[in-house]
Formats: sequence, C-alpha cells, structure tokens
Amino acid sequence: MTQLILFNIANGLIIGAFYALMAIGLSLIMSLSDVINFAHGGFLAIGAYIAYTLSPYIGFWGGLLVAPVLTAVLGIIVEKFLISRVYGRDPLYSLLLTFGLAFIFEDGTRMIWGAQSVPYSVPNWLMTPLSNEYFFITGYRLLMIALVALAVGGLFWMMNKTRLGLRIRAGTLDLETVSVLGVNVRVLRNLNFGIGIYLAGLAGVLAAGQLGLQPTIGASLIMPSFVAIIIGGLGSLLGTLLGGLLIGVASGITSVFLPSGTEAVMYVMMALVLLVRPQGLLGEEGRF
Amino acid sequence: MSGFDLRKQAPNAAVWLILLSMPLWIDAVGGYTQLGTQVVVMGLAAMSLNFLLGYTGVLSFGHAAYFGLGAYGVGMTIRYLVPSTGLGLLVGTGVGALAAAIIGPMIVRLRGVYFAMVTIAFAQVFYFIAFRWNSVTGGDDGLTNWTREPINFGFATLHIEKDPVTFYYFVLAIFAVAVALMALLLQSPFGRTLIAIRENERRTRFLGINVNFHIWMSWVISCTFMALSGSLYALLNNFVDPRTLYWTQSGVFVIMCVLGGMRSFWGPLVGAAIYVVLQDYLSSATPNWMSFIGLVFVVAVLFFPRGVLGIFRRKSTE
Repeated sequence: MTQLILFNIANGLIIGAFYALMAIGLSLIMSLSDVINFAHGGFLAIGAYIAYTLSPYIGFWGGLLVAPVLTAVLGIIVEKFLISRVYGRDPLYSLLLTFGLAFIFEDGTRMIWGAQSVPYSVPNWLMTPLSNEYFFITGYRLLMIALVALAVGGLFWMMNKTRLGLRIRAGTLDLETVSVLGVNVRVLRNLNFGIGIYLAGLAGVLAAGQLGLQPTIGASLIMPSFVAIIIGGLGSLLGTLLGGLLIGVASGITSVFLPSGTEAVMYVMMALVLLVRPQGLLGEEGRF
Repeated sequence: MSGFDLRKQAPNAAVWLILLSMPLWIDAVGGYTQLGTQVVVMGLAAMSLNFLLGYTGVLSFGHAAYFGLGAYGVGMTIRYLVPSTGLGLLVGTGVGALAAAIIGPMIVRLRGVYFAMVTIAFAQVFYFIAFRWNSVTGGDDGLTNWTREPINFGFATLHIEKDPVTFYYFVLAIFAVAVALMALLLQSPFGRTLIAIRENERRTRFLGINVNFHIWMSWVISCTFMALSGSLYALLNNFVDPRTLYWTQSGVFVIMCVLGGMRSFWGPLVGAAIYVVLQDYLSSATPNWMSFIGLVFVVAVLFFPRGVLGIFRRKSTE
C-alpha cells in the first residue's frame, strides 16, 4: 500500500511538472499580454511531434534540444502575424483567436501525423528501473524532473538577473511606463511569447516520452494548467510551479482511493483556494 | 417607449416572420426541420450568454457547463425519475440555475481574462463528473435509452415526440417566452444598471450600486437560460454526451455571439444560425471541419470583430 501511494505520488509529481511547465508559460504570456493562450496545448503537441519527426535523424537528445527551439520560433511567428494584431482590443478577441488556433493546431497535427497514438522512443537505458523495489523510478523520470528544474531555474535566473527579465517583470506591472522609458514593447511581448512557447515545446517533448503521443495530448493538459495558475496565483511564477506540482500529487493520491475523482480533486482545490484566498496561494492581492 | 416605432420594430418583425415560417421553406433551401430547431436552440443559448457577455460586459468562457447541466438534467429526470418532458425541463433549468448560484460568489470578484479562465476551469468539473460517473451518466458513450415524452395539457396532448414540426414550434414557443423575458429584464432599471456596469464599472460603483451583486444576478440569469437551452438541446437529440460540457463548446457559444454581433439583441441568434449551418455543412463535406471552424474564429476576430449585424449597422450609419 505504501509503495502504491509512493508510486502514485511519483506519477503525480511528473504530471504536475508538465502542468507547471505549461502553466508557467501561460502565466508569462497572460501577465504581459493579457492573452489566455488556448493554443498553448497545440504548441505543446507540435513540439512533441517535431521531436518525433526529427529524432530518427538527430537522435533523442538532438530532438530534446532542437524541437522546443523550433516550437518557440513558430510561436514567435504566430505572435507576430496573428496575436499581436489584437493587442489593445477587448481581451475577448485574443481569447477567440487563440481558441481558433487551438482547433487548427489540433486538426493540423491530426492531418499530418495521424489520429492514432504514435510511439516516441526514449533510449532504453533511460527506461530501465533504477531499483527493483521502487520500480517506478526510471532514469527518464529523473531526467524529466532535472530538466524541468533546470528550465524553471533558468527562467527564474533570467527574470531576476537579466535586463530582458527585468523588462518583462516591469512590463507586467506597468507596460505603458516601460514603453515610455524606451523599451520596444512589441519586441518584448514577442520574445516573452517565445519563451512561454519554448516551455510548452519542452513539456511536449518530455510528455511524449512519458505519456505517448497523440494529437489531443495538449488539450488534455491545458485545463489543469489553468487550475495550477489559479491555485498558485497569477503573476507569481513560483506559485504557479507550486500549484502545478500540488495538483499533480493530489490527483496521484486521489487515484489510489477514489479513481473516479482523479480529475475532479484539482477543481475542488481550486474552489477552496478561490473561497479562502482568491488571489491564489502566492499571488498578490488586488491584481485581479 | 412612446408609440409604435416602425423602424425599431422592423427587425423584430423580420426575425419572428423568419422563425415562424421556417418549417415551410427550410426543406426547399436544402435544410431540414431538425436543423432549424437546432438553430433556435443554439440561438437561445448564444443570446443567454450575450446577456452576460454583451450586456454586462463580463467575459464568461465556461457556459457549456450550464448548457450541459440542463441537458443532463432533463435526460436523467426522464430516464430515472418521471417520464415527463415538462418536469425534465424544470429540473434541467433548475439544476443549472442552482449550480450557477453556488459558483457565482466565488467568481464575481474576478474580472477580465481571469474571470474567463476561472469560469472555463470550473466548467471542466461538470465535464469530468459526466465523463467519469459511468453508471449514472453513461460516461463517454452518453446518456441513452430515453426520449422526449408527449406533453399532456389535460384538454389536449402535444405530440412533440414524433412530428419534428410540432417539436419545432414547441421549442419556438419556449424560445419566445425566454427571449421576451430577457428583453424585459434588459429594458428594466436592472438591465440598465448592467449596461452601466459594462460601460464604466467604477462610476457605477460610485453611484452606490452593488456591482458584484448585479454581476452575480446577471450570471445566474444568463446561466439559467443557458440551462434551459441545454435541456431543449437534449430533447432535440434524445441524447446527451459529455462533449456538450467540454471547454471547446464554451468557446463555440462565444464565437456565435461575436459572429452575429454582441451589441445587438438578435446578433447572437444570427451568429448561431451561421455557425450551426456552417458546421452541419462542413462536418459532412470534409473530415477537417475542425480546421475550418478554427479558421472561422480567426477570420471573424481579425476581419469582422463587430459581427455580421455590426457590418450592416456601420454601413447604415455611413
């Protein structure tokens, strides 16, 4: 029983890490551009499929390195030619635009790569359990945790130590002043979008190895990512990370005792947070 | 409101003329009566959403939940409780209203995209309940083994279960009552207050109006009519499945409002008609209908943000 619970907690952490990676990207874009990117899941799927297509030529590690970057480039192009055109209008329009893009991406991936789930091969030595007793701890899972930690750590470093990060943080507080001070806000939003999509692409490649690859992979991860943002607090990246891990583990534990409540539990947690602390666990009061 | 203004009444007369005569000509233009019924049902749904979206200015993206609650409400009542269409409609609408009233206080403090995100996330709870609670809801396969029942008024029986045209007029009658209620509400001081909130929330607050309470009221009214339309949708198909609750359906209702025009009373009905007919055509014409629907979203947002009626209006003022 203990082992079963540990197994599900480990599973939950992994899933939670995916939620967190996706939610952090969503949160970055939402804070700076006031856009809920419903197409985020679509970008995640595209990242995964790019890695799937390229890995026969450049190997697993090459795919892991290249696919998220290519996804980010696609994100930058989409932002420049489509999403940036609705900035400054009622937020409703940006939501509908990304909604439409989500439909097109999901259908597009289905058209190109087929509706069936395809196997994404991970090097064998990564998939063998590290110990017999804790069979669920594989090298791949440790790698995933390490990479997620690296990505999030790198992002925090960038946000706090580099000029770009400083400008993004300033922009989320007062975009107009940042613009008046001579920062090109268009470029800033564009790069910020690219960073968010890079994280989605990375999550996609990692998820493909763990969950398998089908066109709906992104659509199933996006709603929990919203929940992670709401629980953690919009605008707080640390909170979003915490929120993602928290709901992942909570669903993992729930799946042991009440399998039918696996998904529902995170929404119950969200309701509780909204009742007790509407701004989220680590969110600042009065922002929304 | 003094006297009868022909210019103002002309659009209303046109809408009712088209709706009342629909079964007479819909076959001739390549449609079928059920498609017409679907337009009316989805039109009611879009107009219910617009009560909140267009008239109160609150960005709700989770209305599929209340649509689906109404649908499951009527289906489960007929299947498990009493085989009565009337009671089913009452239960379906009531369940939607109750859920909205309970969830409302948690979200009325939020604004803008954050409101949208929370409403759409909340809507997923109901999706997962419908999806997971196999034994009662039928899970992914949907709720089957029930049909709409004839309605017995005592002196006469309305056979809505067989004749599609009779069912169409049954739906249209309910649509008329619901739409009239919404129009009355919007013309009342309460409705004017909602529009004031949309135009300038801070100023409305300074006038001493409890903005959050008004948004809660508008939310509950909107979701109640949404649940009613969901109930009608289930009766139309004699079937409900979890996709009526899925988050993409919520986006579809919003695009209906935008396609037709959110700033006009009949706009969402026009948008619903365009969407329903387009989807009916596309889903039989191409396997990639989802891409085309996505394209409709993108094109509508980039080129027709005021909707079809918005274009006409702009032309007539020029």
